[in-house]
Amino acid sequence: MSLETFRRDTRAWLETNCPAAMRTALDEKEVVWGGRNASFPNDDARLWLERMGERGWTAPTWPAAYGGGGLAPAENAVLQEELRRIGARAPLWSFGLWMFGPVLLEFGSEAQKHAWLPDIIRGRIRWCQGYSEPGAGSDLASLATRCEDRGDHFLVNGQKIWTSYADKADWMFCLVRTDTTAKHAGISFIVFDMRTPGVETRPIALISGESPFCETFLTDVRVPKDQLVGQLNGGWEIAKRLLTHERQSISTAAFGGGVGLDLVTAAQQSVGLMCGQLADGDLRVRIAAFRMQERAFHLTVRRAQAEARAGGNIDHLAPLFKYAAASVNQQRLELLVETLGLGGLGWEGDGFHPDALRATRHWLRSKGNSIEGGTSEINLNVVAKRVLGLPDPT
Amino acid sequence: MTRPLTDDQRLLQDSAREFFAERAPVKALRADRAAGRPFDPALWQEIAALGFAGAAVPEAYGGSGMGWRSLGLVLEAAGRTLVASPLLQSALVGVAAIEALGSDAQRAAWLPAIAAGEMTTALGLDEGAHHAPSRIAMRAVREPGGWRLEGQKRFVPDGATASHLLIAALAAPTPGAPESLSVFCVAGSADGLVRKPLAMADSRGMADLDLTAVRVADDAVLGSVGEAATALEGVLDTARIGLAAEMLGAADALFALTLDHLKTRRQFGQPIGAFQSLQHRAARMFVDLELTRSCVLAALDALDDAAGVSTSVRSAAAQGASVASVASVASLASLASLAKARAGDTLHLVSNEAVQLHGGVGMTDAYDAGLYLKRARVLETLYGTAGWHRDRSARLDGY
Repeated sequence: MSLETFRRDTRAWLETNCPAAMRTALDEKEVVWGGRNASFPNDDARLWLERMGERGWTAPTWPAAYGGGGLAPAENAVLQEELRRIGARAPLWSFGLWMFGPVLLEFGSEAQKHAWLPDIIRGRIRWCQGYSEPGAGSDLASLATRCEDRGDHFLVNGQKIWTSYADKADWMFCLVRTDTTAKHAGISFIVFDMRTPGVETRPIALISGESPFCETFLTDVRVPKDQLVGQLNGGWEIAKRLLTHERQSISTAAFGGGVGLDLVTAAQQSVGLMCGQLADGDLRVRIAAFRMQERAFHLTVRRAQAEARAGGNIDHLAPLFKYAAASVNQQRLELLVETLGLGGLGWEGDGFHPDALRATRHWLRSKGNSIEGGTSEINLNVVAKRVLGLPDPT
Repeated sequence: MTRPLTDDQRLLQDSAREFFAERAPVKALRADRAAGRPFDPALWQEIAALGFAGAAVPEAYGGSGMGWRSLGLVLEAAGRTLVASPLLQSALVGVAAIEALGSDAQRAAWLPAIAAGEMTTALGLDEGAHHAPSRIAMRAVREPGGWRLEGQKRFVPDGATASHLLIAALAAPTPGAPESLSVFCVAGSADGLVRKPLAMADSRGMADLDLTAVRVADDAVLGSVGEAATALEGVLDTARIGLAAEMLGAADALFALTLDHLKTRRQFGQPIGAFQSLQHRAARMFVDLELTRSCVLAALDALDDAAGVSTSVRSAAAQGASVASVASVASLASLASLAKARAGDTLHLVSNEAVQLHGGVGMTDAYDAGLYLKRARVLETLYGTAGWHRDRSARLDGY
């Protein structure tokens, strides 16, 4: 099928099947995460996920054999353009789509792909990521959660932390230690149902007042042996690949949306203008400098996309995106809160504009941007060593 | 915007980098400095022969018609080794001014001469130590058959050597009409023109110009009096973007030099680049450079995209420019300020870090880091500092 035909058909299908309520800006409270206990803000959201999932368009480029859309990259580009054209919401947010699915496609067995990918695509199972541990943060490969071979099953004991939405997830993909005599080469990648006896989750209250992360305790958790992904002790390679997907999805999707306040408009209204300029000259200059930084970042994302489309190598640019995205988002929210004055530091209640309250919470949440998914310091290490070729200390 | 380089552009970039690295490495600047000359005329002839001087000149006027991005790539390559030549003032600023403001006859007379390396230009705009295009005092007074120029220009790049000076002055099209900026082409040998060379820290040629009753004919006015102000802003934006490309090249090369030092200089039994505090400083510079590169490339693309538009702005200026043209001029202005401010900040950071990370040798005249540092500050200041462009950018965005 020619791209022209594909575009025409896609446009027609979207016109018929994308409910009007799904063509509005997505508030984070209305995000659909799917899963056994999926909650939908309204029936249109449920319908939109069903229709897109049925076509495999929640995972447009995954093979149709597993329920994916089976689209070529050029076709997917058309689909994304058409979705943007009508302002369609993402039908599903999912760690399965962004992180686990891509590595399962690369490292999983046929049986595993058939078992888990269709439910990810349809949003029926919600996944969480068991990576960090109390003693293994930036030094992730020092993780200690033990996984013993008990003949017909694995037995897992240990603790995970910063597990996003573990309390709401159905299954976990998890890094475990299967050999204590080797560091990186003693790690395996397993998956299990969160309903398995011995799995316990406890939400962690953050400075923002939200609890998106959990502690996960694993006590004598029995995991069937066919739930090992890849080779025994071969998990680190999968872990690293997944981190790449995670950093990409963090830096291109998760930061920067949802506050509903434009920095310049907020400053014009809250600080006021004198002779056409912001009354606070110092703030004005810092906002201008920030906006240049932000624009430079967006131009760099677009340059990398354009170079990648043209078949160029952008390996030297990839590690800087997560670092720069975190920095830009944090600066933006710092400036926004400063711009709103004490009105930007309200915690709750009618005395504050809802957008201002959101700004406060986002500002506090953004402190995690330079920590989660690899700290900014770790990202700078990656730039220094892999891109600039600087040596390791002796 | 932000298109990848075409094959032709990649070839051009490679050949320009190769040529300057071989024919005009930093030691050529040292030789010029020792000889007390602002640039080597033989080198300029070679640059012109390669087609670089006419990179942005349309083929119809004897140029290679490769466009602004291509000229930007040449300037970036020249910036890498601090090449001293009339490239910026003549091939970029002069060509942009004549293209945007000049009549057909002027284009036919001057553009081929610049492309051939026979004519060089210098833009006489600012009259003080700071970039301030809105504070021009020089006046052109109507006289029978021409104009009389009176006033001073300060810190004019290539002002002592250019064959022709492009002088911005206030003039009224008819007696009593409001004055606006116009540009006059004045021969370097004109009576009443005194050029006073300035010894600048970067060893490049700048001069103060005194104009006392300098008389020029009507055909020395670029275009016509009273119609230049808007287009001149576009010329300055072109200058800022090309300058940002040169600055990017200088920062990129100086960063490479510094990185090399981090890998080879050993202390405490290992390369100093193994220390994390230095690795992070290097990584931050890299991030900064890549963000700036995106801005410069996007701005160069916008110049090429606007090339068609500028023609319509010029013709529309008399009748009141169309809304669409004004919008695209505004976005070009915003990108020019973005590119110049980012390039300024990046070059400032990299030049300071280069000296510090080189340690003692970074302070020596024998080492190149200092030459980059001195050149960096001149380029940062020319056509508006980063702070100047942040202010402009805020004004453009209404705050």
